[in-house]
Amino acid sequence: MTEAAPAPSSWQRLDPRMLAVTPLRQLAGFLPVILIVLVVGARDLDGRFYGLIAAVVALVLAGIGRWFTTRYRVTDERVELRSGLLFRQRRSVPRDRIRTVDLTAGPVHRLFGLSVLNIGTGQQVQGTEAGELSLDAVSATEADRLRQQLLERAAVAQAEEDTPPDQEIARLDWSWLRYAPLTTSSLVAVGAVAGAAGQFVGELGVDPTDVEAINGAREQLDTAPLWLGATVFAVFVLIVAVLGAILIFVEVWWGFRLVREAGGTLRVRRGALTTRSISLEERRLRGVEISEPLLLRAGRGARLAAIATGLGGSQGEGRGTLLPPAPVVETHRVAAAVLAEAPAPTTTPLRRHPAAALRRRLVRGALPAPVAALLWLLAVPGWLPWVAVALLPLTLLLAVDAYRNLGHGLAQRYLVTRHGAGVRRCAALQRSGVIGWTVSQSLFQRRAGLVTLVATTAAGSGGYAVYDVAISDGLAVAEQAVPGLLGPFLTGPAHPVEHPD
Amino acid sequence: MIAGVIRHGGGMQSSETLQLRPPRHQVSRRAITWWTVRAVGSVVTVLIALGVALASWPFARIGLLWPILGTVLLLGVGYVVVMPQWRFRVHRWEVTEDAVYTSAGWLSQEWRVAPMSRIQTVDTERGPLQQLLGLSTVTVTTASVAGALQIAGLDHRLARDLVEQLTATTQATPGDAT
Repeated sequence: MTEAAPAPSSWQRLDPRMLAVTPLRQLAGFLPVILIVLVVGARDLDGRFYGLIAAVVALVLAGIGRWFTTRYRVTDERVELRSGLLFRQRRSVPRDRIRTVDLTAGPVHRLFGLSVLNIGTGQQVQGTEAGELSLDAVSATEADRLRQQLLERAAVAQAEEDTPPDQEIARLDWSWLRYAPLTTSSLVAVGAVAGAAGQFVGELGVDPTDVEAINGAREQLDTAPLWLGATVFAVFVLIVAVLGAILIFVEVWWGFRLVREAGGTLRVRRGALTTRSISLEERRLRGVEISEPLLLRAGRGARLAAIATGLGGSQGEGRGTLLPPAPVVETHRVAAAVLAEAPAPTTTPLRRHPAAALRRRLVRGALPAPVAALLWLLAVPGWLPWVAVALLPLTLLLAVDAYRNLGHGLAQRYLVTRHGAGVRRCAALQRSGVIGWTVSQSLFQRRAGLVTLVATTAAGSGGYAVYDVAISDGLAVAEQAVPGLLGPFLTGPAHPVEHPD
Repeated sequence: MIAGVIRHGGGMQSSETLQLRPPRHQVSRRAITWWTVRAVGSVVTVLIALGVALASWPFARIGLLWPILGTVLLLGVGYVVVMPQWRFRVHRWEVTEDAVYTSAGWLSQEWRVAPMSRIQTVDTERGPLQQLLGLSTVTVTTASVAGALQIAGLDHRLARDLVEQLTATTQATPGDAT
């Protein structure tokens, strides 16, 4: 893979530097074990040491074997990958099916100037990654060249010298760091620290009470009142959460840039240790979704994701992310820029839903009450019903929030729908991207005169719902959004319901 | 003929009476038998599972076993009697030049529309029971993971003709249906 311009249809090997990278990365995964063996197993060092050596040799050999048996080629029609010696694998992706070409480079890969190229077709074949093809790894320059070639931008870039330059839509603003602790990554951090600490203590076989510092602190806390201990613990958890969330934010979003490239591609680049480049063809874009989890919303922050076809459904989760957690105003601005639509469809004034929708949510919010009664009847531990009762105000507040979040509206080219208890989601879906309607009505909705209207689409999650809308409002919006699709099946007062058959 | 009904100027004033009309065709009457047999099957399964679970649980001792089983049996009988008839009244379908339109459900109901130009595949499925009764289930999929339409309990000859008709129409439509 050292030739400057390889012939288009010849079989290529992965980058020879992979001979070093694969074993190194696997060794890094074993690092804790190796450390423990070396530190703790002092009594029996020889045996373990040779075992280690053997493992390292096996890893290096496996890496070499993988490198020698793996080949890829890019022809005019398809991208092909062959690998394996005993179990031969051939994977082939037609080029016109390629929807995404993403680059990822972890720390070890970057040290050696390599990148992993992931080619996706966005096909959901039995929920597997059948549509995926991954080159792990090629040199960073080759990865970039392949990305351009496969996204068919090479031709554009070379044909015209004066193609419009890449246009930057957004870049990282470090003041957004304030949103990091308001995201779930703070919980992830707490979990990770707790898990790692537990594992470390467990594997080292150290009893925490043996450590003098911990013991001293514990004795002091033992004599202190309970509330002090609880406060110290809470503050400790809070610090871990905030620091962890900031670290995760920095690692994920370092150097973030969202760029519109000349060939009609949106490209997100980000990452501190592990760098990522994610590309999205604009012609596959069907809209955007702004989500505001409760905490983030309290800080006037939000997230922005693209609704696009070919991202691979639930597997493509996160692939459509266009921005770090950012101020709501910024998400609207970027939404407008990405969709090339001003003002942003997500700022469309939304219509409230009928009071019956509020009643439905309040009934659901009151659910802890009967649960408490049931628990009390079944005579389980005495405190459990009280927990349910204590939850009641919270669930009722969430119910009101869920109602206030409900809304729908039509923009020039977009259907806008908002919902959510806690996490508020506002989706703007291209009306031309709607490929069908589903109207559903439960028994309770029927009594309340409400329906749930779902616009089905090939993009994103496949369907975007307008929950609990008044029947005629919902049907009118559907017919206005996509004229002529639902219309032939509607009746009004002038057209009494005709019962066929 | 309907176009005149939907008159919403700039704003969207609600016209109180806009409604979905039922699709034109009913499914086969034999579908009632099909749903009944399936309902009996699931009720019996639930009763047996519940009976075993409750008998090996303290409920049996408090004497709650028979009251609970009795209630479930009563509900089950109601389900077997009511559900198939109700479903038969709700399950309907219609194919126009431009779209496929279906309705389904009983307590909860659902209406689905997919334009002809967005249909990707048309499949039929016949379980052993359906084969016995000469029924078919036709599934019409679009590019949306949430958008498949199902017509369950069609007469199998009718289903075959319908599939042919839909396949021919959708093949004549260009584009990748996204």
